[in-house]
Amino acid sequence: MAKRIDVSGLNAYYGSFLAIEDISMSIEPRTVTAFIGPSGCGKSTFLRTLNRMHEVTPGGRVEGKVMLGDENLYGAGIDPVSVRREVGMVFQRPNPFPTMSVYDNVAAGLKLNGNFKKSELDDIVERSLKGANLWNEVKDRLNKPGSGLSGGQQQRLCIARAIAVEPNVLLMDEPCSALDPISTLAIEDLIGELKERFTIVIVTHNMQQAARVSDRTAFFNLAAVGQPGKLIEMDETERIFSNPSVQATEDYISGRFG
Amino acid sequence: MSHATLTDKRPGSLRGATLPKWFPWAVAAGSIALGIGISAAAGLRSSIQWGLIAAVLFVLGTYGIAGRVEGRRQAKDRVVTSLVWVAFLLAVIPLASLVYETVKRGVKVLDGYFLTHSMGVVADKDPGGGIYHAILGTLQQVGIATVIAVPIGVLTAIYLVEYGRGKLAKAVTFFVDVMTGIPSIVAGLFVLSTWILILGMGASGFAGALALTILMLPVVVRSTEEMLKLVPNELREASLALGVPKWRTILKVVVPTSIGGITTGVMLAIARITGETAPLLMLVWVTDFINANPFSDAQGSLPVYIYLQYSAGGEAAYDRAWAAALTLIAFIMILNLAARGIARWKAPKTGR
Ligand SMILES: Nc1ncnc2c1ncn2[C@@H]1O[C@H](COP(=O)(O)OP(=O)(O)OP(=O)(O)O)[C@@H](O)[C@H]1O
Ligand SMILES: [Mg+2]
Repeated sequence: MAKRIDVSGLNAYYGSFLAIEDISMSIEPRTVTAFIGPSGCGKSTFLRTLNRMHEVTPGGRVEGKVMLGDENLYGAGIDPVSVRREVGMVFQRPNPFPTMSVYDNVAAGLKLNGNFKKSELDDIVERSLKGANLWNEVKDRLNKPGSGLSGGQQQRLCIARAIAVEPNVLLMDEPCSALDPISTLAIEDLIGELKERFTIVIVTHNMQQAARVSDRTAFFNLAAVGQPGKLIEMDETERIFSNPSVQATEDYISGRFG
Repeated sequence: MSHATLTDKRPGSLRGATLPKWFPWAVAAGSIALGIGISAAAGLRSSIQWGLIAAVLFVLGTYGIAGRVEGRRQAKDRVVTSLVWVAFLLAVIPLASLVYETVKRGVKVLDGYFLTHSMGVVADKDPGGGIYHAILGTLQQVGIATVIAVPIGVLTAIYLVEYGRGKLAKAVTFFVDVMTGIPSIVAGLFVLSTWILILGMGASGFAGALALTILMLPVVVRSTEEMLKLVPNELREASLALGVPKWRTILKVVVPTSIGGITTGVMLAIARITGETAPLLMLVWVTDFINANPFSDAQGSLPVYIYLQYSAGGEAAYDRAWAAALTLIAFIMILNLAARGIARWKAPKTGR
């Protein structure tokens, strides 16, 4: 089901502030792409333009083209709601719905969107929780509130919730930044498994993580505070971390700035 | 200041002198005794005066003794604590005495007969009779006002928080603000001039309910707005990112998350309008008979009943007024308890 993403000439604004400028890149299906770069360079902003969540922010505006398969996400007549069903998202902070049980959290995307039989839902919930490596921990407490799980479990619950609707692409914005090393490892393993079914884009501040999980890495940077962020280079992860073609990338990776 | 001078100022040990747990109670008892003593000696007879003297003595005594024994920081802490307690007591005393007085005088004639009979055949100066017609009227009028005001108010708040941008939202907010400040008599006059004088309708429970709606609406809008604003944006984004349309997100995620608070707000708004008298006098008039139709003719209502009985005078009427007041307070109290119950029941769940 995974589809290729082609971005060309993309600008994103907050009101009149140009946050990212002229970004073009291609993301192959069934790969993991990591975004790295200093704080404020627009990684989250760019990520959110990939499922039309950017325009949810007041004043958010996008110019340019994002092709998912052969459709332009910003073309005329495209329904952002359908886009978001194709391109799922996991946020930095775990955000399960506090009024819902573990089960309902996972089923939320389906339940809120259409009619499913109970047996179908049971199947999907179990499959998604297994897919998120959470099933064994929560199978006895499916009807307990989702907010009663630990932070790492909540984050995996959010991943289960996102993959339950079977998207093509999964966007993850620093999914491990609030987690301990063990939960982080669990999620990294999970990413490795998920990439067989989904195209995955992950934002991370952790270089080792980028090196461990991703096939390709994109480095973003901004010239100065108040300037728009730009894509500096994008390449095979191995190359970026061993022999990048731009000096700024090497400086950033080796910790000379940022 | 260098490090050396800082450490010099610290006491050598982390442990300081502490006063025992019963210290505040002892000071309180002492200052009350002293307060009564001083007042008796000075010939003051008002209990308010000796109460205030005792309060001042309590605060000063706490500061003096604690400052001597425990040091200045702890003394300040204790003084602020005792000020909070004094303020709390000052706030509770009138409330408690009001409830006490109402219960004491109200229970005299409050019984099943009183709740199930009207004043139809009883003269104001005679004993007997009841408030059934008034309870019925109040329930209907408040019920109609609630049925109109809650959907409009909640939807307005949803519009303001979830959709409202630009001029229209600003204008709505402004008008809600203005409405909050409308005195009830003005709301009554407004309905009188439009509904009754211009449209030519007669006085009825419904006309009163319209005025109550005007009073209730801004309270509902405001409280719902605050509750919706408390819902973290992350939850909305999580739902939108699952491909859930905005209206469903609001219906299934935002409102359920805040339903406890919204309910509490609605209950408080109901409590606020249940005691309104002026617009009802003007729009519903008064009757001693049972009128179960809120859409025509005068109806009774509890606040107006209390007012009328009290102005009628005479022991029997006073008793009835107090009993009706007790009923009104009990009604509002039950509403508040129900609101708390619902808020707790619907609150986002925690725990495993
Ligand atoms: N809601 C917003 N309104 C206005 N400006 C914003 C908003 N969100 C982000 N920005 C600005 O857009 C720029 C890019 O922000 P963004 O959050 O995309 O950075 P980031 O690369 O994700 O940083 P971090 O690594 O700290 O998460 C920053 O200059 C930021 O101040
Ligand atoms: Mg970010």
